[in-house]
Amino acid sequence: MVQPLNYLKESPSQTAGPYVHIGLAPAAAGFNIFERELGWDIAGPDAQGTRIRVEGVVYDGTGVPVKDVLIEAWQADANGIYPHVEDPRHADCARGFRGWGRVITDFDTGVWGFDTIKPGVVQGRNARPMAPHINLWIVARGINIGLNTRIYFDDEDNAADPVLNLVEQVHRRDTLIAHKTGPNTYRFDIRLQGEGETVFMDI
Amino acid sequence: MKPAEFYQRDRLWQPPALTPDYKTSVARSPRLAMLSLQSSMSEITGPTFDHSDIDAIDNDLIKNYAKTGDPVGERIIVHGRVLDENGRGVPNTLVEIWQANAGGRYRHKKDSYLAPIDPNFGGCGRTITDDQGYYSFRTVKPGAYPWRNWVNNWRPAHIHVSVFGTAFSQRLITQMYFEGDPLIAKCPIVQTIPDQRAIDQLIAPLDLNAAVPLDCLAYKFDIVLRGRRSTLFENRLEGN
Ligand SMILES: [Fe+3]
Repeated sequence: MVQPLNYLKESPSQTAGPYVHIGLAPAAAGFNIFERELGWDIAGPDAQGTRIRVEGVVYDGTGVPVKDVLIEAWQADANGIYPHVEDPRHADCARGFRGWGRVITDFDTGVWGFDTIKPGVVQGRNARPMAPHINLWIVARGINIGLNTRIYFDDEDNAADPVLNLVEQVHRRDTLIAHKTGPNTYRFDIRLQGEGETVFMDI
Repeated sequence: MKPAEFYQRDRLWQPPALTPDYKTSVARSPRLAMLSLQSSMSEITGPTFDHSDIDAIDNDLIKNYAKTGDPVGERIIVHGRVLDENGRGVPNTLVEIWQANAGGRYRHKKDSYLAPIDPNFGGCGRTITDDQGYYSFRTVKPGAYPWRNWVNNWRPAHIHVSVFGTAFSQRLITQMYFEGDPLIAKCPIVQTIPDQRAIDQLIAPLDLNAAVPLDCLAYKFDIVLRGRRSTLFENRLEGN
């Protein structure tokens, strides 16, 4: 026998289930309990930058909207700064900018959407800039462990982005790009499976 | 703490996406390989929360929705620590829970199980870990409930748990089960986890030392988030 390493193991994930709203968005479950629900305001009222709205639908492998999905977003401010101590520029992050949001769908249509500001270019590994993007984490009944992906924007220069360029099948990079549908609105559909399956990331 | 990469997630320990005995996973599981990403600024940062986000009563499910009295059921404390894989406590992180009432019924407009709603029980709570990673809730033990999978599937008593950690790559939702419940071994959702040792990690033992005599039983539930290296990544050379 060798000596034990004594690392702990990450707790295994379990599905968020159909009633995730009770814990994370109780008003949507049908009752009011907390004075302040979390995650409805990503950017705050004062942050500089272009105000945008991103909308979409999550589809399952049969093409049906996933109506009980919950999505969390994490993004940098308009200057590409995360409000977090490990971003070396965090002291300069926009005032009141939270960077984090939580959205659920309309139970009838499956459409979700959030309002925020367009993120800026973020410093990537080895000082290679990453094109503006929003990080997503997706949970729902039937999803055993939360799925990570990213939203990029079709009106930005994504050609040199180090993450998009890692996607071997070039046509699949499009699954990570939101399409402009109006002056400040974008569409980003997510396909869990099948034709056009979104690129998910093991981060 | 300096920027450093997280240990890769052990995909042989975590449940795979496709687990046909849990039927809903069949149409909701990606089939193509995930893109493996080394940590960048977008992954090692994450949202932060503090006590201005929540109220002190939010971790007391016995009182936080009480209207005419306390909820029905076995009164319990659920307490433990949020740790990382290096065994260090994760301080000041948000822990959110939700659960059915003692009869196995959720307060949710989509739940139509015939067990009654408890007028004094909401079923959700939240707290922030202390400076060493400890947390606690007070609640009632949830009941088992039936669900549509096979004809006669029942979920073991469980509490859903959501934890943030310090980075977006540590984000985790899981479920806590109770020691001694015979339904655990028969549950297709539990069995999405391939390794019995990992399942055991989600089963909270009875903790009589933390019980309050003549008032409340207790269960202890530690939650482990991904750990990270101690070396910085910015200066390291790599192939591309
Ligand atoms: Fe449940």
